[in-house]
Amino acid sequence: MATDQALHGLDQLELGPAQPAADPGRIARKAWAAAWPKLLAIALVLAVWELVTLTGWKHYVLKGPAPVLSNLWSQLVHGQLWGIIGTTLQTAVVGYAIALLIGSVIGLLVARIPPLRAAVGSIITGLTTMPSVAWVPFAIVIFGESYQAILFVVILGAAPSIANGVITGVDYTPPLLLRAGKTMGLRGFALYRYLILPASLPAYVAGMKQGWAFAWRSLMAGEIVVPIVGQFSIGQALSVDQQNLDFTSTAAILIVILVIGVVVDTLFSKLDLTIRRRRGLLDPAATA
Amino acid sequence: MSIVHRQATPPGTSPGAAAVGGTGAGPPGGAEQQVAVRLTGVSKRYGTGPRSVLALDQVSLTVGQGEFVCLIGASGCGKSTLLSLVAGLDSVTGGEVSVSGRVAMMFQEPGLLPWLTAAGNVELALRARKVSRPDRQRHTAELLKVVRLDGFGGKRPHELSGGMRQRVALARALAQGADVLLMDEPFGALDAMTRDLLHDELDRVCAEQTLTVLFVTHNVREAVRLGDRVIVLSSRPGRVIAEYQVPGEWSRGIDSPQTAKLAGTITERLREEMGRHGN
Repeated sequence: MATDQALHGLDQLELGPAQPAADPGRIARKAWAAAWPKLLAIALVLAVWELVTLTGWKHYVLKGPAPVLSNLWSQLVHGQLWGIIGTTLQTAVVGYAIALLIGSVIGLLVARIPPLRAAVGSIITGLTTMPSVAWVPFAIVIFGESYQAILFVVILGAAPSIANGVITGVDYTPPLLLRAGKTMGLRGFALYRYLILPASLPAYVAGMKQGWAFAWRSLMAGEIVVPIVGQFSIGQALSVDQQNLDFTSTAAILIVILVIGVVVDTLFSKLDLTIRRRRGLLDPAATA
Repeated sequence: MSIVHRQATPPGTSPGAAAVGGTGAGPPGGAEQQVAVRLTGVSKRYGTGPRSVLALDQVSLTVGQGEFVCLIGASGCGKSTLLSLVAGLDSVTGGEVSVSGRVAMMFQEPGLLPWLTAAGNVELALRARKVSRPDRQRHTAELLKVVRLDGFGGKRPHELSGGMRQRVALARALAQGADVLLMDEPFGALDAMTRDLLHDELDRVCAEQTLTVLFVTHNVREAVRLGDRVIVLSSRPGRVIAEYQVPGEWSRGIDSPQTAKLAGTITERLREEMGRHGN
Protein backbone atom coordinates (compact mmCIF):
# COMPACT_ATOMS: atom_id res chain seq x y z
CA MET A 1 0.00 0.00 0.00
CA ALA A 2 1.34 3.43 -0.94
CA THR A 3 0.51 5.04 2.40
CA ASP A 4 2.35 2.30 4.25
CA GLN A 5 5.43 2.70 2.15
CA ALA A 6 5.43 6.46 2.52
CA LEU A 7 4.94 6.15 6.26
CA HIS A 8 7.72 3.62 6.61
CA GLY A 9 10.04 5.78 4.53
CA LEU A 10 9.20 8.83 6.64
CA ASP A 11 9.95 6.85 9.84
CA GLN A 12 13.36 5.88 8.52
CA LEU A 13 14.12 9.45 7.44
CA GLU A 14 13.09 10.92 10.76
CA LEU A 15 15.15 8.49 12.79
CA GLY A 16 18.29 9.69 11.00
CA PRO A 17 21.36 7.65 10.12
CA ALA A 18 22.40 4.75 12.35
CA GLN A 19 24.85 5.56 15.15
CA PRO A 20 28.46 4.69 14.31
CA ALA A 21 29.85 1.76 16.32
CA ALA A 22 31.87 2.70 19.40
CA ASP A 23 35.59 2.59 18.69
CA PRO A 24 38.14 2.06 21.48
CA GLY A 25 40.12 5.15 20.45
CA ARG A 26 37.06 7.33 21.07
CA ILE A 27 36.59 5.89 24.56
CA ALA A 28 40.23 6.60 25.42
CA ARG A 29 39.90 10.16 24.11
CA LYS A 30 36.77 10.67 26.19
CA ALA A 31 38.51 9.37 29.32
CA TRP A 32 41.46 11.67 28.73
CA ALA A 33 39.15 14.66 28.08
CA ALA A 34 37.46 13.99 31.44
CA ALA A 35 40.72 13.32 33.32
CA TRP A 36 43.11 16.12 32.35
CA PRO A 37 41.19 19.03 33.93
CA LYS A 38 41.05 17.10 37.21
CA LEU A 39 44.76 16.25 37.08
CA LEU A 40 45.59 19.87 36.31
CA ALA A 41 43.48 21.07 39.26
CA ILE A 42 45.25 18.64 41.61
CA ALA A 43 48.65 19.75 40.32
CA LEU A 44 47.71 23.41 40.89
CA VAL A 45 46.60 22.72 44.48
CA LEU A 46 49.84 20.84 45.21
CA ALA A 47 51.88 23.67 43.67
CA VAL A 48 50.15 26.35 45.79
CA TRP A 49 50.57 24.17 48.88
CA GLU A 50 54.29 23.72 48.18
CA LEU A 51 54.70 27.47 47.60
CA VAL A 52 53.04 28.32 50.93
CA THR A 53 55.36 25.83 52.69
CA LEU A 54 58.39 27.41 50.99
CA THR A 55 57.45 30.86 52.36
CA GLY A 56 58.06 29.45 55.84
CA TRP A 57 54.61 30.40 57.12
CA LYS A 58 53.90 28.45 60.37
CA HIS A 59 57.02 26.41 59.57
CA TYR A 60 56.95 24.69 62.96
CA VAL A 61 53.78 22.70 61.99
CA LEU A 62 53.15 23.15 58.26
CA LYS A 63 54.67 20.51 55.99
CA GLY A 64 54.69 20.29 52.18
CA PRO A 65 52.78 17.81 49.98
CA ALA A 66 55.72 15.38 49.76
CA PRO A 67 55.90 14.41 53.47
CA VAL A 68 52.09 14.29 53.71
CA LEU A 69 51.72 12.01 50.68
CA SER A 70 54.52 9.77 51.92
CA ASN A 71 52.80 9.64 55.33
CA LEU A 72 49.57 8.67 53.58
CA TRP A 73 51.41 5.99 51.63
CA SER A 74 53.05 4.47 54.71
CA GLN A 75 49.76 4.55 56.64
CA LEU A 76 48.10 2.70 53.75
CA VAL A 77 50.88 0.16 53.39
CA HIS A 78 51.96 -0.45 56.97
CA GLY A 79 49.44 1.24 59.25
CA GLN A 80 45.92 0.60 60.34
CA LEU A 81 44.34 3.05 57.85
CA TRP A 82 42.45 0.40 55.87
CA GLY A 83 40.85 -0.91 59.06
CA ILE A 84 39.91 2.63 60.06
CA ILE A 85 38.39 3.32 56.66
CA GLY A 86 36.50 0.01 56.91
CA THR A 87 35.01 0.91 60.30
CA THR A 88 33.88 4.33 59.10
CA LEU A 89 32.46 3.08 55.79
CA GLN A 90 30.53 0.37 57.62
CA THR A 91 28.89 2.98 59.85
CA ALA A 92 28.24 5.13 56.78
CA VAL A 93 26.55 2.29 54.90
CA VAL A 94 24.39 1.19 57.85
CA GLY A 95 23.39 4.77 58.72
CA TYR A 96 22.69 5.70 55.12
CA ALA A 97 20.64 2.55 54.51
CA ILE A 98 18.43 3.28 57.53
CA ALA A 99 18.15 6.94 56.45
CA LEU A 100 17.17 5.80 52.95
CA LEU A 101 14.40 3.61 54.34
CA ILE A 102 13.09 6.18 56.81
CA GLY A 103 13.43 9.11 54.37
CA SER A 104 11.65 7.25 51.55
CA VAL A 105 8.73 6.13 53.72
CA ILE A 106 8.27 9.55 55.33
CA GLY A 107 8.64 11.28 51.96
CA LEU A 108 5.94 9.06 50.42
CA LEU A 109 3.55 9.52 53.32
CA VAL A 110 4.01 13.29 53.35
CA ALA A 111 3.59 13.51 49.57
CA ARG A 112 0.47 11.35 49.70
CA ILE A 113 -1.37 12.75 52.76
CA PRO A 114 -2.18 16.50 52.59
CA PRO A 115 -2.67 17.10 56.37
CA LEU A 116 0.65 15.40 57.08
CA ARG A 117 2.29 17.66 54.54
CA ALA A 118 0.78 20.76 56.13
CA ALA A 119 2.03 19.51 59.49
CA VAL A 120 5.59 18.43 58.74
CA GLY A 121 6.39 19.46 55.15
CA SER A 122 8.20 22.65 56.12
CA ILE A 123 9.84 20.97 59.12
CA ILE A 124 11.52 18.48 56.78
CA THR A 125 12.90 21.31 54.67
CA GLY A 126 14.02 23.04 57.88
CA LEU A 127 15.80 19.89 59.05
CA THR A 128 17.94 19.79 55.90
CA THR A 129 19.39 23.17 56.86
CA MET A 130 20.38 22.03 60.39
CA PRO A 131 24.19 21.88 60.82
CA SER A 132 24.80 18.20 61.58
CA VAL A 133 27.35 18.86 64.31
CA ALA A 134 24.57 20.55 66.31
CA TRP A 135 22.89 17.15 66.70
CA VAL A 136 25.94 15.56 68.31
CA PRO A 137 25.49 16.82 71.90
CA PHE A 138 21.78 15.93 71.67
CA ALA A 139 22.64 12.43 70.49
CA ILE A 140 25.17 11.95 73.29
CA VAL A 141 22.60 13.06 75.88
CA ILE A 142 20.15 10.42 74.61
CA PHE A 143 22.43 7.51 73.65
CA GLY A 144 25.63 8.25 75.55
CA GLU A 145 28.99 8.07 73.80
CA SER A 146 28.00 5.12 71.64
CA TYR A 147 27.69 3.76 68.11
CA GLN A 148 23.93 4.49 68.30
CA ALA A 149 24.67 8.18 68.89
CA ILE A 150 26.75 8.34 65.69
CA LEU A 151 24.10 6.45 63.68
CA PHE A 152 21.46 8.82 65.03
CA VAL A 153 23.39 11.84 63.78
CA VAL A 154 23.98 10.24 60.37
CA ILE A 155 20.31 9.35 59.94
CA LEU A 156 19.12 12.81 60.96
CA GLY A 157 21.62 14.28 58.52
CA ALA A 158 20.56 12.22 55.51
CA ALA A 159 16.87 11.31 55.92
CA PRO A 160 15.35 14.81 55.45
CA SER A 161 17.11 15.31 52.10
CA ILE A 162 15.97 11.89 50.90
CA ALA A 163 12.38 12.58 52.02
CA ASN A 164 12.50 15.94 50.25
CA GLY A 165 13.67 14.21 47.07
CA VAL A 166 10.64 11.90 47.14
CA ILE A 167 8.22 14.78 47.82
CA THR A 168 9.69 16.90 45.01
CA GLY A 169 9.56 13.95 42.62
CA VAL A 170 5.89 13.23 43.34
CA ASP A 171 4.98 16.93 43.11
CA TYR A 172 6.74 17.36 39.78
CA THR A 173 5.12 14.38 38.04
CA PRO A 174 3.97 15.93 34.74
CA PRO A 175 0.16 16.46 34.78
CA LEU A 176 -0.08 15.12 31.22
CA LEU A 177 1.37 11.77 32.33
CA LEU A 178 -1.07 11.69 35.25
CA ARG A 179 -3.98 12.27 32.87
CA ALA A 180 -2.65 9.59 30.53
CA GLY A 181 -2.32 7.18 33.47
CA LYS A 182 -5.82 7.90 34.72
CA THR A 183 -7.43 7.41 31.30
CA MET A 184 -5.54 4.10 31.16
CA GLY A 185 -7.35 3.13 34.33
CA LEU A 186 -4.39 3.32 36.70
CA ARG A 187 -5.67 4.20 40.16
CA GLY A 188 -4.39 4.23 43.74
CA PHE A 189 -1.45 1.93 44.33
CA ALA A 190 -1.03 1.00 40.65
CA LEU A 191 -0.82 4.70 39.72
CA TYR A 192 2.04 5.09 42.22
CA ARG A 193 3.75 1.84 41.33
CA TYR A 194 3.76 2.29 37.55
CA LEU A 195 3.63 6.03 37.04
CA ILE A 196 4.31 8.41 39.93
CA LEU A 197 7.26 6.56 41.49
CA PRO A 198 9.15 5.97 38.22
CA ALA A 199 8.44 9.59 37.26
CA SER A 200 9.92 10.68 40.61
CA LEU A 201 13.15 8.77 40.16
CA PRO A 202 15.39 11.65 38.97
CA ALA A 203 14.38 13.87 41.93
CA TYR A 204 14.71 10.88 44.26
CA VAL A 205 18.29 10.25 43.09
CA ALA A 206 19.07 13.96 43.53
CA GLY A 207 17.74 13.71 47.11
CA MET A 208 19.80 10.55 47.69
CA LYS A 209 22.91 12.31 46.47
CA GLN A 210 22.38 15.29 48.74
CA GLY A 211 21.50 12.88 51.56
CA TRP A 212 24.82 11.10 51.10
CA ALA A 213 26.74 14.38 51.30
CA PHE A 214 24.96 15.25 54.56
CA ALA A 215 25.41 11.70 55.92
CA TRP A 216 29.16 11.85 55.29
CA ARG A 217 29.49 15.24 57.03
CA SER A 218 27.36 14.10 59.96
CA LEU A 219 29.41 10.93 60.28
CA MET A 220 32.68 12.87 60.49
CA ALA A 221 31.19 15.26 63.07
CA GLY A 222 29.93 12.33 65.12
CA GLU A 223 33.15 10.31 64.94
CA ILE A 224 35.39 13.23 65.88
CA VAL A 225 33.36 14.04 68.98
CA VAL A 226 32.27 10.55 70.10
CA PRO A 227 35.03 8.05 70.96
CA ILE A 228 33.91 4.41 70.94
CA VAL A 229 35.99 1.78 72.68
CA GLY A 230 37.28 -0.85 70.28
CA GLN A 231 36.17 1.02 67.15
CA PHE A 232 38.91 3.23 65.81
CA SER A 233 37.42 5.31 63.01
CA ILE A 234 38.55 8.04 60.61
CA GLY A 235 37.07 10.71 62.88
CA GLN A 236 38.86 9.30 65.92
CA ALA A 237 42.13 9.11 64.01
CA LEU A 238 41.74 12.82 63.21
CA SER A 239 40.96 13.54 66.84
CA VAL A 240 44.12 11.73 68.03
CA ASP A 241 46.29 13.44 65.39
CA GLN A 242 44.92 16.79 66.54
CA GLN A 243 45.96 16.05 70.13
CA ASN A 244 49.44 15.10 68.93
CA LEU A 245 49.65 18.20 66.70
CA ASP A 246 50.57 15.82 63.87
CA PHE A 247 50.15 17.87 60.68
CA THR A 248 51.23 15.22 58.18
CA SER A 249 48.83 12.54 59.47
CA THR A 250 45.92 15.02 59.82
CA ALA A 251 46.40 16.19 56.26
CA ALA A 252 46.75 12.61 55.00
CA ILE A 253 43.44 11.61 56.59
CA LEU A 254 41.71 14.72 55.23
CA ILE A 255 42.77 13.58 51.77
CA VAL A 256 41.19 10.17 52.47
CA ILE A 257 37.92 11.81 53.57
CA LEU A 258 37.86 14.00 50.46
CA VAL A 259 38.59 11.09 48.11
CA ILE A 260 35.85 8.88 49.59
CA GLY A 261 33.36 11.76 49.38
CA VAL A 262 34.26 12.46 45.75
CA VAL A 263 34.16 8.78 44.71
CA VAL A 264 30.67 8.18 46.15
CA ASP A 265 29.42 11.46 44.71
CA THR A 266 30.71 10.38 41.30
CA LEU A 267 28.75 7.13 41.59
CA PHE A 268 25.55 9.08 42.25
CA SER A 269 26.31 11.40 39.33
CA LYS A 270 26.75 8.39 37.04
CA LEU A 271 23.42 6.99 38.21
CA ASP A 272 21.75 10.35 37.57
CA LEU A 273 23.33 10.57 34.11
CA THR A 274 22.18 7.05 33.20
CA ILE A 275 18.60 7.82 34.19
CA ARG A 276 18.55 11.08 32.26
CA ARG A 277 20.06 9.45 29.18
CA ARG A 278 17.45 6.68 29.20
CA ARG A 279 14.70 9.29 29.38
CA GLY A 280 16.11 11.48 26.64
CA LEU A 281 16.76 14.35 29.06
CA LEU A 282 20.31 14.90 27.83
CA ASP A 283 21.28 16.98 24.85
CA PRO A 284 22.85 14.36 22.56
CA ALA A 285 25.10 16.99 21.00
CA ALA A 286 26.52 17.91 24.43
CA THR A 287 27.32 14.31 25.40
CA ALA A 288 28.56 12.99 22.06
CA MET B 1 -21.34 -3.46 27.29
CA SER B 2 -21.19 -1.07 30.21
CA ILE B 3 -22.92 2.27 30.11
CA VAL B 4 -21.60 5.03 32.31
CA HIS B 5 -23.67 8.06 33.25
CA ARG B 6 -22.13 11.25 34.48
CA GLN B 7 -24.66 13.59 36.06
CA ALA B 8 -24.43 16.90 37.85
CA THR B 9 -25.99 15.56 41.07
CA PRO B 10 -24.69 13.50 42.67
CA PRO B 11 -21.23 14.24 41.29
CA GLY B 12 -19.20 11.34 40.02
CA THR B 13 -20.25 8.33 38.05
CA SER B 14 -22.90 5.72 38.46
CA PRO B 15 -23.83 2.80 36.25
CA GLY B 16 -27.31 2.69 34.80
CA ALA B 17 -29.38 2.49 31.63
CA ALA B 18 -28.87 4.75 28.63
CA ALA B 19 -30.77 8.01 28.69
CA VAL B 20 -33.51 8.17 26.07
CA GLY B 21 -34.56 11.06 23.87
CA GLY B 22 -31.49 13.26 23.58
CA THR B 23 -31.95 16.59 21.88
CA GLY B 24 -29.64 18.57 19.67
CA ALA B 25 -26.96 17.23 17.39
CA GLY B 26 -27.30 13.54 16.70
CA PRO B 27 -26.32 10.90 14.21
CA PRO B 28 -28.35 10.48 11.04
CA GLY B 29 -31.27 8.06 11.41
CA GLY B 30 -30.73 8.39 15.17
CA ALA B 31 -33.26 5.78 16.27
CA GLU B 32 -31.77 2.83 14.39
CA GLN B 33 -28.14 3.52 15.20
CA GLN B 34 -26.80 2.57 18.62
CA VAL B 35 -25.60 5.58 20.59
CA ALA B 36 -22.04 5.49 21.95
CA VAL B 37 -21.81 8.93 23.54
CA ARG B 38 -24.72 11.15 24.54
CA LEU B 39 -24.51 14.60 26.08
CA THR B 40 -27.81 16.02 27.33
CA GLY B 41 -27.87 19.71 28.25
CA VAL B 42 -24.33 19.55 29.57
CA SER B 43 -22.95 22.66 31.28
CA LYS B 44 -19.60 23.17 32.88
CA ARG B 45 -18.69 26.10 35.08
CA TYR B 46 -15.21 26.63 36.53
CA GLY B 47 -15.06 28.37 39.88
CA THR B 48 -17.96 29.94 41.78
CA GLY B 49 -19.43 33.41 42.20
CA PRO B 50 -19.05 36.38 39.83
CA ARG B 51 -15.54 35.37 38.72
CA SER B 52 -16.59 31.91 37.59
CA VAL B 53 -16.32 30.98 33.94
CA LEU B 54 -19.00 29.14 32.00
CA ALA B 55 -17.04 26.87 29.66
CA LEU B 56 -19.93 24.85 28.23
CA ASP B 57 -23.58 25.89 28.09
CA GLN B 58 -26.37 23.38 27.52
CA VAL B 59 -24.49 21.26 25.03
CA SER B 60 -26.45 18.33 23.67
CA LEU B 61 -25.07 15.91 21.15
CA THR B 62 -24.99 12.23 20.38
CA VAL B 63 -22.37 10.12 18.67
CA GLY B 64 -23.47 6.85 17.09
CA GLN B 65 -21.46 3.68 17.46
CA GLY B 66 -18.69 3.53 14.88
CA GLU B 67 -19.21 7.17 13.98
CA PHE B 68 -16.35 9.64 13.58
CA VAL B 69 -17.41 13.07 14.86
CA CYS B 70 -15.18 16.13 14.74
CA LEU B 71 -15.66 19.03 17.12
CA ILE B 72 -14.42 22.35 15.89
CA GLY B 73 -14.44 25.85 17.29
CA ALA B 74 -12.31 28.88 18.00
CA SER B 75 -10.30 29.28 21.19
CA GLY B 76 -12.33 29.13 24.37
CA CYS B 77 -15.15 26.98 22.96
CA GLY B 78 -14.58 24.34 25.62
CA LYS B 79 -13.61 21.56 23.19
CA SER B 80 -11.05 20.07 25.52
CA THR B 81 -13.36 20.50 28.51
CA LEU B 82 -16.00 18.52 26.67
CA LEU B 83 -13.60 15.62 26.08
CA SER B 84 -12.50 15.66 29.72
CA LEU B 85 -16.14 15.36 30.77
CA VAL B 86 -16.73 12.41 28.44
CA ALA B 87 -13.51 10.78 29.67
CA GLY B 88 -14.60 11.22 33.27
CA LEU B 89 -11.51 13.26 34.12
CA ASP B 90 -13.78 16.12 35.20
CA SER B 91 -17.38 16.33 36.44
CA VAL B 92 -20.30 18.21 34.87
CA THR B 93 -21.97 21.22 36.51
CA GLY B 94 -25.31 20.52 34.86
CA GLY B 95 -26.87 17.99 32.49
CA GLU B 96 -25.81 14.45 31.83
CA VAL B 97 -23.11 12.58 29.95
CA SER B 98 -23.58 8.93 29.13
CA VAL B 99 -21.00 6.76 27.46
CA SER B 100 -21.38 3.14 26.47
CA GLY B 101 -18.21 1.10 26.53
CA ARG B 102 -14.65 1.84 27.42
CA VAL B 103 -13.13 5.24 26.77
CA ALA B 104 -9.55 6.01 25.82
CA MET B 105 -8.07 9.43 25.26
CA MET B 106 -5.27 10.87 23.17
CA PHE B 107 -3.77 14.31 23.69
CA GLN B 108 -1.86 16.78 21.54
CA GLU B 109 1.31 15.58 23.27
CA PRO B 110 1.67 11.80 23.13
CA GLY B 111 2.06 11.60 26.92
CA LEU B 112 4.22 8.47 26.72
CA LEU B 113 6.14 7.44 29.82
CA PRO B 114 9.76 8.32 28.99
CA TRP B 115 11.28 5.52 31.10
CA LEU B 116 9.43 2.80 29.19
CA THR B 117 10.02 1.59 25.63
CA ALA B 118 7.32 1.93 22.98
CA ALA B 119 6.27 -1.65 23.71
CA GLY B 120 6.42 -1.00 27.47
CA ASN B 121 4.04 1.93 27.10
CA VAL B 122 1.51 -0.16 25.18
CA GLU B 123 1.93 -3.03 27.61
CA LEU B 124 1.23 -0.82 30.62
CA ALA B 125 -2.26 -0.09 29.29
CA LEU B 126 -2.85 -3.86 29.05
CA ARG B 127 -1.45 -4.35 32.55
CA ALA B 128 -3.88 -1.73 33.84
CA ARG B 129 -6.64 -3.98 32.44
CA LYS B 130 -5.08 -6.95 34.25
CA VAL B 131 -4.27 -8.84 31.03
CA SER B 132 -2.00 -11.84 31.76
CA ARG B 133 1.69 -11.58 30.93
CA PRO B 134 1.91 -13.84 27.84
CA ASP B 135 -1.26 -12.27 26.43
CA ARG B 136 0.20 -8.82 27.06
CA GLN B 137 3.30 -9.54 25.01
CA ARG B 138 1.38 -11.04 22.13
CA HIS B 139 -1.19 -8.26 22.13
CA THR B 140 1.47 -5.54 22.32
CA ALA B 141 3.22 -6.94 19.25
CA GLU B 142 -0.10 -7.02 17.40
CA LEU B 143 -0.96 -3.44 18.30
CA LEU B 144 2.44 -2.12 17.27
CA LYS B 145 1.83 -3.85 13.96
CA VAL B 146 -1.57 -2.15 13.64
CA VAL B 147 0.12 1.27 13.85
CA ARG B 148 2.94 0.07 11.54
CA LEU B 149 5.60 0.23 14.23
CA ASP B 150 6.63 -3.41 14.35
CA GLY B 151 10.37 -3.45 14.89
CA PHE B 152 10.33 -0.24 16.92
CA GLY B 153 8.99 -1.74 20.16
CA GLY B 154 12.39 -1.55 21.86
CA LYS B 155 12.83 2.17 21.20
CA ARG B 156 12.24 4.74 23.92
CA PRO B 157 9.92 7.68 23.16
CA HIS B 158 12.76 10.18 22.79
CA GLU B 159 14.32 7.99 20.10
CA LEU B 160 11.16 8.21 17.95
CA SER B 161 9.85 11.04 15.78
CA GLY B 162 6.76 13.05 16.74
CA GLY B 163 4.54 11.12 14.33
CA MET B 164 5.82 7.77 15.58
CA ARG B 165 5.24 8.77 19.20
CA GLN B 166 1.68 9.71 18.37
CA ARG B 167 1.21 6.28 16.75
CA VAL B 168 2.55 4.61 19.91
CA ALA B 169 -0.02 6.70 21.81
CA LEU B 170 -2.69 5.41 19.40
CA ALA B 171 -1.56 1.82 19.98
CA ARG B 172 -1.71 2.46 23.72
CA ALA B 173 -5.23 3.87 23.38
CA LEU B 174 -6.25 0.74 21.44
CA ALA B 175 -4.62 -1.39 24.15
CA GLN B 176 -7.10 0.08 26.60
CA GLY B 177 -9.72 -1.94 24.74
CA ALA B 178 -11.58 1.26 24.02
CA ASP B 179 -14.89 1.40 22.19
CA VAL B 180 -14.81 5.19 22.23
CA LEU B 181 -11.65 7.08 21.36
CA LEU B 182 -11.41 10.72 22.42
CA MET B 183 -8.78 12.68 20.55
CA ASP B 184 -7.76 16.16 21.65
CA GLU B 185 -5.93 17.73 18.68
CA PRO B 186 -3.70 14.67 18.43
CA PHE B 187 -1.97 15.79 15.24
CA GLY B 188 -1.78 19.50 16.10
CA ALA B 189 1.96 19.46 16.78
CA LEU B 190 2.93 17.49 13.66
CA ASP B 191 4.10 18.73 10.28
CA ALA B 192 1.60 18.71 7.42
CA MET B 193 3.14 15.75 5.58
CA THR B 194 3.18 13.49 8.62
CA ARG B 195 -0.32 14.61 9.55
CA ASP B 196 -1.59 13.73 6.09
CA LEU B 197 -0.20 10.19 6.37
CA LEU B 198 -1.56 9.77 9.87
CA HIS B 199 -5.04 10.75 8.65
CA ASP B 200 -4.92 7.77 6.27
CA GLU B 201 -3.63 5.55 9.08
CA LEU B 202 -6.33 6.66 11.48
CA ASP B 203 -8.99 6.03 8.80
CA ARG B 204 -7.71 2.49 8.33
CA VAL B 205 -7.36 1.72 12.05
CA CYS B 206 -10.85 3.04 12.84
CA ALA B 207 -12.35 0.91 10.08
CA GLU B 208 -10.48 -2.20 11.27
CA GLN B 209 -11.32 -1.76 14.93
CA THR B 210 -14.85 -0.31 14.51
CA LEU B 211 -14.09 2.57 16.81
CA THR B 212 -16.29 5.48 17.75
CA VAL B 213 -14.23 8.65 17.64
CA LEU B 214 -14.82 12.10 19.07
CA PHE B 215 -12.08 14.23 17.56
CA VAL B 216 -11.31 17.80 18.61
CA THR B 217 -9.40 20.04 16.23
CA HIS B 218 -9.07 23.66 15.23
CA ASN B 219 -8.10 22.66 11.71
CA VAL B 220 -11.24 22.83 9.55
CA ARG B 221 -9.84 20.78 6.66
CA GLU B 222 -8.70 18.10 9.06
CA ALA B 223 -12.22 17.95 10.50
CA VAL B 224 -13.79 17.56 7.03
CA ARG B 225 -11.11 15.09 5.95
CA LEU B 226 -11.71 12.77 8.91
CA GLY B 227 -15.25 13.29 10.19
CA ASP B 228 -18.52 11.66 9.23
CA ARG B 229 -19.96 14.72 10.89
CA VAL B 230 -18.49 18.08 11.89
CA ILE B 231 -19.99 19.92 14.87
CA VAL B 232 -19.19 23.62 15.29
CA LEU B 233 -19.07 25.09 18.78
CA SER B 234 -19.38 28.77 19.73
CA SER B 235 -16.89 30.39 22.08
CA ARG B 236 -17.35 31.54 25.70
CA PRO B 237 -19.52 29.73 26.50
CA GLY B 238 -19.31 26.72 24.23
CA ARG B 239 -22.63 25.87 22.52
CA VAL B 240 -23.44 23.78 19.47
CA ILE B 241 -24.11 26.33 16.70
CA ALA B 242 -23.90 24.29 13.53
CA GLU B 243 -23.54 20.77 12.29
CA TYR B 244 -22.39 19.47 8.91
CA GLN B 245 -22.79 15.98 7.53
CA VAL B 246 -19.88 14.83 5.34
CA PRO B 247 -21.26 12.54 2.59
CA GLY B 248 -19.65 9.09 2.81
CA GLU B 249 -19.17 8.75 -0.94
CA TRP B 250 -16.83 11.76 -1.06
CA SER B 251 -13.23 11.59 -2.07
CA ARG B 252 -11.73 12.40 1.31
CA GLY B 253 -8.28 13.72 0.39
CA ILE B 254 -7.33 16.81 2.34
CA ASP B 255 -6.90 18.63 -1.00
CA SER B 256 -10.01 17.35 -2.76
CA PRO B 257 -12.30 20.10 -4.10
CA GLN B 258 -15.25 18.76 -2.12
CA THR B 259 -13.29 18.89 1.13
CA ALA B 260 -12.10 22.39 0.30
CA LYS B 261 -15.63 23.60 -0.47
CA LEU B 262 -17.19 22.34 2.75
CA ALA B 263 -14.17 23.54 4.73
CA GLY B 264 -14.72 26.98 3.21
CA THR B 265 -18.35 27.02 4.33
CA ILE B 266 -17.42 25.97 7.88
CA THR B 267 -14.58 28.50 8.07
CA GLU B 268 -17.07 31.21 7.04
CA ARG B 269 -19.37 30.17 9.90
CA LEU B 270 -16.47 30.16 12.37
CA ARG B 271 -15.39 33.63 11.31
CA GLU B 272 -18.91 34.90 11.84
CA GLU B 273 -18.75 33.49 15.36
CA MET B 274 -15.34 35.03 16.05
CA GLY B 275 -16.53 38.39 14.70
CA ARG B 276 -19.33 38.34 17.26
CA HIS B 277 -16.63 38.48 19.99
CA GLY B 278 -14.75 41.26 18.22
CA ASN B 279 -17.57 43.79 18.63
